[in-house]
Amino acid sequence: MTDYIKCSELIDFIADYLSGDLPAQERSEFDRHLQICPPCQVYLKTYQETIRLSRAAEKGGHCEDAADPLPEDLVRAILAARHLR
Amino acid sequence: MRAAHVHMLVYDEVRSTGVATCSGARSKDTHGHEMSDFVPNVKDPAGSDPPGGDLVVRLRAGDGAAFEELVRQEGGRMLAVARRLLRSEEDARDALQDAFVSAFKSIDRYTGDARLSTWLHRITVNAALMKLRTQRRRPERSIETLLPAFKEDGHQANPPAPWRETAESLLDQKETRELVRRKIDELPDDHRTVLLLRDIEELDTEETARLLSVSVSAVKTRLHRARQALRTLLEPAFKGAMK
Repeated sequence: MTDYIKCSELIDFIADYLSGDLPAQERSEFDRHLQICPPCQVYLKTYQETIRLSRAAEKGGHCEDAADPLPEDLVRAILAARHLR
Repeated sequence: MRAAHVHMLVYDEVRSTGVATCSGARSKDTHGHEMSDFVPNVKDPAGSDPPGGDLVVRLRAGDGAAFEELVRQEGGRMLAVARRLLRSEEDARDALQDAFVSAFKSIDRYTGDARLSTWLHRITVNAALMKLRTQRRRPERSIETLLPAFKEDGHQANPPAPWRETAESLLDQKETRELVRRKIDELPDDHRTVLLLRDIEELDTEETARLLSVSVSAVKTRLHRARQALRTLLEPAFKGAMK
């Protein structure tokens, strides 16, 4: 049992695990713990879901905004500022 | 694992809202404060716009119609970036104006290593970060209370509940997107900013560190903590029976 990392260690390393920055040995320990620990499986899944939700919420909603033309007064203000500053 | 573990747990005490500046011509921001013209050194694997391209040539020649074309073509996306980083519409508009003025003044230094839109994106991020630095700090909750707790044996003190698989379809709903944005806004600024730059604006760790004038390890720590805290904040809305 002492070979297994703890939940606290696994959670500390989730970001590195997901980005592929965890060295092979640590990745193997991470995977072994994950196989036997349902709470950590849930934590990892909901951590990934958090990233996906935040990306979709911020990008999804604002894509609509990006498609909108800039308000005309703002366009004029920007072009005027070019000469003032 | 142990050495790295200790490294990861070093708590970043730096609450810097500093942003990268560079030498070069100085101009005034929308409130008359001096600001450096930020010229990003960015490469874009997705492609580039040649500095000899038609629009860039016209911009360098001072063609007024070219400036207007650029503002109309890129302004919407740039305003969306500023809105994400700044909570105030007025500040987002100011930051956009600052970004364009900076871009107009620096167009001669656009090297063509990245697409013009990518170059403008980085200028906008920097202008928004500078504006963020001038905003009055709001009362913030400690991020510590949003991080997972552990028992002495290292197990999670409060094992998480699975989330509904329907979260994706929920995202089609405007209310859900607004809920997630509100929760992101509840994060302390120094963590919220890193989450936005890394996960939403998709800047890499090194560039984020440079823009915020913090270390690479601080960016990694803040990103992980921001995601953990956001996970905690979203849990009540999304937990439910896994299908």
